[in-house]
Amino acid sequence: MLSYAFMQYAFVASFFISILCGLMGVFVVARKTSFFTHTLSEIGFSGAAFGVFAGISPILGMLLFTIISSLMIGTVGNRMSRRESSISVFSAVFIGLGILFLSLANSQSSYATSILFGSIVGIDFNDVKMLISLSIFIIIIVLLMYRKLAYNSFDSVGSSYNASYNTMISIAFLILLASTVSVTAQVVGSLLIFALLTVPASAAQYFSHTIFGMMTLTFLFSLFGTWFGLYLSYTTNWPVSFFIASIEGIIYLIAIIYNKLSDD
Amino acid sequence: MSKILSVKGLNVEVENRSLISNLSFDIYSNSLTCVTGENGVGKTTLIKTLLKDYHQKDHVDFKIKRNQIKYIPQFRNIDDDYALSIKNFIGLGLQNKFLPWLSMKERRQIDAIIQSTDLSKIKKEPLGKASGGEQQRVYFAQALASQPRLLIMDETTASLDKYAKVDLLKLVKSIIKKNHLAVMFITHDPGLVQQFGDYNLHIADHRGTMNRIGGQD
Repeated sequence: MLSYAFMQYAFVASFFISILCGLMGVFVVARKTSFFTHTLSEIGFSGAAFGVFAGISPILGMLLFTIISSLMIGTVGNRMSRRESSISVFSAVFIGLGILFLSLANSQSSYATSILFGSIVGIDFNDVKMLISLSIFIIIIVLLMYRKLAYNSFDSVGSSYNASYNTMISIAFLILLASTVSVTAQVVGSLLIFALLTVPASAAQYFSHTIFGMMTLTFLFSLFGTWFGLYLSYTTNWPVSFFIASIEGIIYLIAIIYNKLSDD
Repeated sequence: MSKILSVKGLNVEVENRSLISNLSFDIYSNSLTCVTGENGVGKTTLIKTLLKDYHQKDHVDFKIKRNQIKYIPQFRNIDDDYALSIKNFIGLGLQNKFLPWLSMKERRQIDAIIQSTDLSKIKKEPLGKASGGEQQRVYFAQALASQPRLLIMDETTASLDKYAKVDLLKLVKSIIKKNHLAVMFITHDPGLVQQFGDYNLHIADHRGTMNRIGGQD
């Protein structure tokens, strides 16, 4: 299996995606922005379609759309972004726009499928390089603002009175999240990246009560899911996204059961 | 006792409606000042005005740095599935350094605070699982982590039963003495004011009056 270059790339890419999920996912869940992350992946789809339509690259379109909407949310509507109804509106409008752009660009529907569902086994060396650079960039930024980001994410009320640069930290985080979604969506698709950014981190918080512990577990959960998913997909020829999503779902289920049992 | 804050001729307004006019008072270290008054007289707005006006020295003159003031808000959004441990939550209060990890000195500092706020037994538990009284002690401990000189507590005891209230205030008093801290405590509870307050800043009819309680210094 590992003698194929595309499988090697897939395994390496999954490793770095798991690092990103460990680092960002824990904050996404603590900030209760799981649903915004979902919306962001749909905004990303729309942006990629716009990129194809406008003749710039899909990744640029994605970055453009997700970063602009993150800035909007961060400056005017942080509370609004958590409201269920506005999330549905956002999702619907952006998916609609995405479909419009794709049809205007005369592009086949297979392209939409590849943005939404990605193809981790279809990536090349350049994708891997881009992922690694993004990971290093995000690790450095998160380390630089770690204390402020942790305070802002895990005690939003307290930090709003007692920490400096609070709004800036929120916006910076949303931009990092937008970049993560855009770059990783090229590899695993915008739907799966939403799952990887939220499900392992949600499960991790039932097992660990320190930020470092949650990050480590989130990394391990998503690494296990992606690697084992790749292996299963290779042997069965079923889609890898299905296996990854199911494995993460099962991990979450185990976490819930563990939590119930340890409560009694 | 040194002066921490001096307020002179301050007008407190919300959306151009005047709440308190021409307010003057001083806050000293090593003392507990209760801020009392009916609902809606502007106690919380007063505190927000003080913090907002930190940099303009006309009416509000703090003698300490901004990061030496800590405010403990009345409500926090901690659900019962909040996962972070009590120790980690207290550590969030350490904001004066950039390193992602805590230094040895900071670790010792947190341990000492956990000890003095009597949280050692539950420090590894998730904060969501702690009782209301324990959570208030944790918020207090987090505020202490950055070694503040002025602590502002907003109705911290409102949701506690009478034993938990007294316990918390006893703890606050002992820390005030130990760290020479100044505390402003917004409260509705006359019993607590009489038992623990050094000063009472009472707000009524758009005016604030400062009184010493019990005559001790």
